[in-house]
Amino acid sequence: MIYLKLFLTFFKIGLFNFGGGYAMISFIQNEVVFKHAWLTTSEFTDVVAVSQVTPGPVGINLATYTGYTAAGDAWGSAVATFAVCLPSFLLMLLASRYFLKYQHARPVEAVFAGLRPAVVGLIAAAALVLCNAENFVDYKSVLLFAASFLAVWKLKAGPIAVIACAGALGLVLY
Amino acid sequence: MKTCWFLFLTFAKIGLFTLGGGYAMLPLIERELVDKYALFNRREFLDMVAVAQAAPGVMAINLSIMAGYKSAGFWGCLSAALGAALPSFIIILLIAVFFRGFQDNPVVRRVFMGVRPAVVALIAVPVFNLSKAAGITWKSVWIPVLCALLVWLVKVSPVYIVLGAGLAGFLYGRKSGVRGEK
Repeated sequence: MIYLKLFLTFFKIGLFNFGGGYAMISFIQNEVVFKHAWLTTSEFTDVVAVSQVTPGPVGINLATYTGYTAAGDAWGSAVATFAVCLPSFLLMLLASRYFLKYQHARPVEAVFAGLRPAVVGLIAAAALVLCNAENFVDYKSVLLFAASFLAVWKLKAGPIAVIACAGALGLVLY
Repeated sequence: MKTCWFLFLTFAKIGLFTLGGGYAMLPLIERELVDKYALFNRREFLDMVAVAQAAPGVMAINLSIMAGYKSAGFWGCLSAALGAALPSFIIILLIAVFFRGFQDNPVVRRVFMGVRPAVVALIAVPVFNLSKAAGITWKSVWIPVLCALLVWLVKVSPVYIVLGAGLAGFLYGRKSGVRGEK
């Protein structure tokens, strides 16, 4: 029965969470820690910390980890991860269909002409939000930021290569 | 079939290097799917980000679904979403089973002290790369600046920014007649 509970809870999280990423965390915490007590508060904090040092969207990470802890096996992880993705999958399938069909209709063109500059602003905001004391500990972080920025922007370096170099430098510098 | 396999592998690679939230995915998608394989252009890419942001759920997964659908229909989006989710699923499962306390490992901590500022830079670059495709000029540069400030300082949810900007675009389009320069 735990699988059904996991499925329903994470389906709900996938369906009613707007704004993505870190907006999701408190919503998940409420469900997973306070309502179902699948994780303790300190376990939850640990998973968020793990999410910051592992790849992948934080929502997926939390679902996978909680599923394992709650059910005690990998099936719990699979069910929770599948459930958190399912609403997106169905909604985006529909949205993609209509988007491709009507993207050249004039009102739709107008809507997206208005959206594009705003989306650039949203990406800028995502970068600005991350300019905090956790990501920038000292002047070396600022130099790493500047070097990565120039490497990707001016030298067209690949993001994966930049991440690998920055990780290696972190090991050397700290 | 070939496209689906390609999408799966590409998004698995993207998923593996998406450190620090869905937006960290943007430079990778831009490089792999826009520049290298030209599956869509920058403007279409921006439109997808807008829709992915406005929809509920995990932004990175939403974006992979749209990009997959655009490239290869239903099976394309299934492959892309699976690819995007699989690396993090496997890694977190391994950590949950074998390596609890992984985040406190001193080597991991040092590596990530280097990686974190680089990730911020990776998210900052598309802001400049995409501004031309977004049709931003000196006259309209206040729009992205205002949106960024509202989200960053006033903590407005991005969902409202998307809804507001879409509505503004729609109304402006009606008022000025022909819009949507090709």
